[in-house]
Amino acid sequence: MNWFYIKGILMLAGMNLMAVLGLSLLTGFTGLFSFGHAGFMALGAYAAAWAGVRMGLPFLVALLVGGLFAGLVSLPIGRLTLNLKGDYFCIATLGFGEAIRLILDNVQTFGGARGWPGIPIRTELWNVALICVAATLFMVRLVNSRHGRNMIAVREEELAAKTVGIDTFKYKMLSLFVSAVYAGIAGGMMGYYTGFLQPKMFGMARSTELTIIVIFGGIGSVSGSVLGSVLLTALPEILRTFAIWRLVVYGAAVIFIMISRPEGLMGGREITLEAIRRLVRGRRAEAEAGAGAGTGVGEVRR
Amino acid sequence: MAQFLQQMINGLSIGSVYALMAVGYSLVYSIMSFSNFAHGGVIMLGSYFGFYLLTLAHWAFPAAFVGAALCSAGLAVIVERVAYRPLRLRNAPFLYFIISAMGASIFLENFVVATIGPTFRTYPTVLPRAPIEIGSVYIGRLDIMIFIISAVCLALLVYFLDRTKVGKAVQATAHNARAAKLMGINTDLVITLVFAIGGLLAGVAGVMFGMKYTVYPQMGGITIKSFIAAVFGGLGSLPGAVIGSLILGIMETLISGYFSSQFRDLISFTLLIAVLVFRPMGLMGKATEEKA
Repeated sequence: MNWFYIKGILMLAGMNLMAVLGLSLLTGFTGLFSFGHAGFMALGAYAAAWAGVRMGLPFLVALLVGGLFAGLVSLPIGRLTLNLKGDYFCIATLGFGEAIRLILDNVQTFGGARGWPGIPIRTELWNVALICVAATLFMVRLVNSRHGRNMIAVREEELAAKTVGIDTFKYKMLSLFVSAVYAGIAGGMMGYYTGFLQPKMFGMARSTELTIIVIFGGIGSVSGSVLGSVLLTALPEILRTFAIWRLVVYGAAVIFIMISRPEGLMGGREITLEAIRRLVRGRRAEAEAGAGAGTGVGEVRR
Repeated sequence: MAQFLQQMINGLSIGSVYALMAVGYSLVYSIMSFSNFAHGGVIMLGSYFGFYLLTLAHWAFPAAFVGAALCSAGLAVIVERVAYRPLRLRNAPFLYFIISAMGASIFLENFVVATIGPTFRTYPTVLPRAPIEIGSVYIGRLDIMIFIISAVCLALLVYFLDRTKVGKAVQATAHNARAAKLMGINTDLVITLVFAIGGLLAGVAGVMFGMKYTVYPQMGGITIKSFIAAVFGGLGSLPGAVIGSLILGIMETLISGYFSSQFRDLISFTLLIAVLVFRPMGLMGKATEEKA
C-alpha cells in the first residue's frame, strides 16, 4: 500500500462525500428519497468539463458552473415532482436520473455513449480536501440555521409544518437545489479526476450507492455522512483482495445493516467538538479515578 | 401494413413477458407498499435454473420450466425471510425495505458473477426456429409460445385471486392488512404466499426471456421495464400492470421499428415521468389521497 494508492482512495472518498453531503440534506434532513442523484452528478460533470475544456474557464470556476447547472436543472424537476408522495417521488427521481443518462448517451458533441476523453487532470488531494471542508462547514451551518430546522420539520411531520406556517414546498425545493449543486460539483471533480467522462459512469448503481452511504452513516447526521463516505469508499478497496466476492459481501452487508442497525452509524447524533472534549475529559477522569483507587497515588498527582 | 402487424405481434410477445414480471412486482407492492427491487435478481436466477435443468440435468422442457418456476418461488420466499421479514416485524419505513431490496439485488447478481461467471449463455433450442407464415406476416413459434404461456399464467392468477378463499385472503390483506389480521387471516402466511407467486411468475418470465435472448447475470436490470409498466398501469393494480406492460411492449417495438432503437429507453423513461406528473395513480390505479 503506497501513498499514491491511499491518496487515490482519499480523493474518491472526498468526491463521494461531496455528493453524499448533498443527498444527506435531501434524504437525512428533509426526508425525501432520491434514486436519481447520479443524474445531477452527470450534469455537473459534463457542464464543468464543458466550461473548462471548451470555454477555457479555470478549474474552480468550472466546478461552480457544473454545480450551478445541476442546481438549475433541479428546479423544474422539483417543480414537477416534489408534490409526489414517498415511493412515487423516489420513482420519479429514478426516471429523471436514467433519462439524463440516456440523453447524454445521444449528445454527440460530448462523445455520446462512447465517452469524452482528454479532460485535463486538475483534481488533486488538496483541492478536494479544501472543497470538502468548505462544503461540510456550509452544510453544518445550514442544518443548524432556521432553514435547516424548517427542513427537519418537513421531514418529521409535513402537515404540522405547513400548519405552523412553514412553506414546505419552498423548503423541499431549496433542499433539492442545494443537494443538486453538491452532486454537480462532485461530478465535476470526478471528470477532472479520471480525465474521461461517459454517461455509463452515472447509472442507477451510483445513485443507489449514494443513498446507501447516507443510510449507512445515519439519517439526519452530517458527521455520519462524512464517516459513511470514508468507510464505504475504503471498504471495497480493503476487500479488493477478494476480487469478485467483494460485491457479494457488499450486498450482504447492506441487508445486514438494514435489519440490524437501521438507524445507521450515527443514528441522528453528531460528532461535535464539545462531545469530543467531554469524551476526553470523561476518559481522563475515569483514568484518574482508576489510578487513584489502584495505586493510591491519586493525591500526589493532584 | 404487414410491417405494422409484424411489429404489433413482436410487441405483444415482449409485452406479455413484461406483464409476468410487472404482475409479480405489483402483487408485492399491493400488499407491502414498497418496490421490490430484488425481483430482477429472482428473474435472473430463474433463467439460470431453467438453463441448468435443461443442459446439465437434461430434463424435458416442460419439467425444466416448472422446476425453474418452483426454484424461483423458493428463492423469492427466502429473500423475503432474510431481507424483509425482520424489517416488517419492526414496522420500518418503506425506504429501509427499498435499500434492503437493493442490497439483495446486488448480492444475487454478484453471487452469480462470482460462482457461475459473467459470460452470456444461450438456451438450447427447444422449438424449431422456422417462423410460421401467415400471409406476409412471420410469427416466431417462440413468440407464440411466450404469449400463450403468459396468458395462461395470468389467467390462472386471476382465477386464484378471485375465485379461491386463499386468493380472497390475499385481496383482503392488500386492502387493509390490519383489518385482515383482525378478521383472522394469517397475514404472515399471505405475504409468504405473495412472494412465492411473484417468484413463480418471475421464474416463468426468466426462462422465456432466456429463450428469447440470452442468460447473463445483469439481466435482472430488464425488470426496470416491468417496473415502468407497473407504474404506468397503476402501482398495485394487476389489470393495470398487464395493460401497462402490453402498451409498453408494443410502444417499444414500434419505436425501435420505425424510429430508432437508441431512443427507445429514453421514451420509456419519459413516459414514466409523464405518467407520474400528470396521472400518478396510473391508468387503472385508485386515486387515493394519502392521509397525512
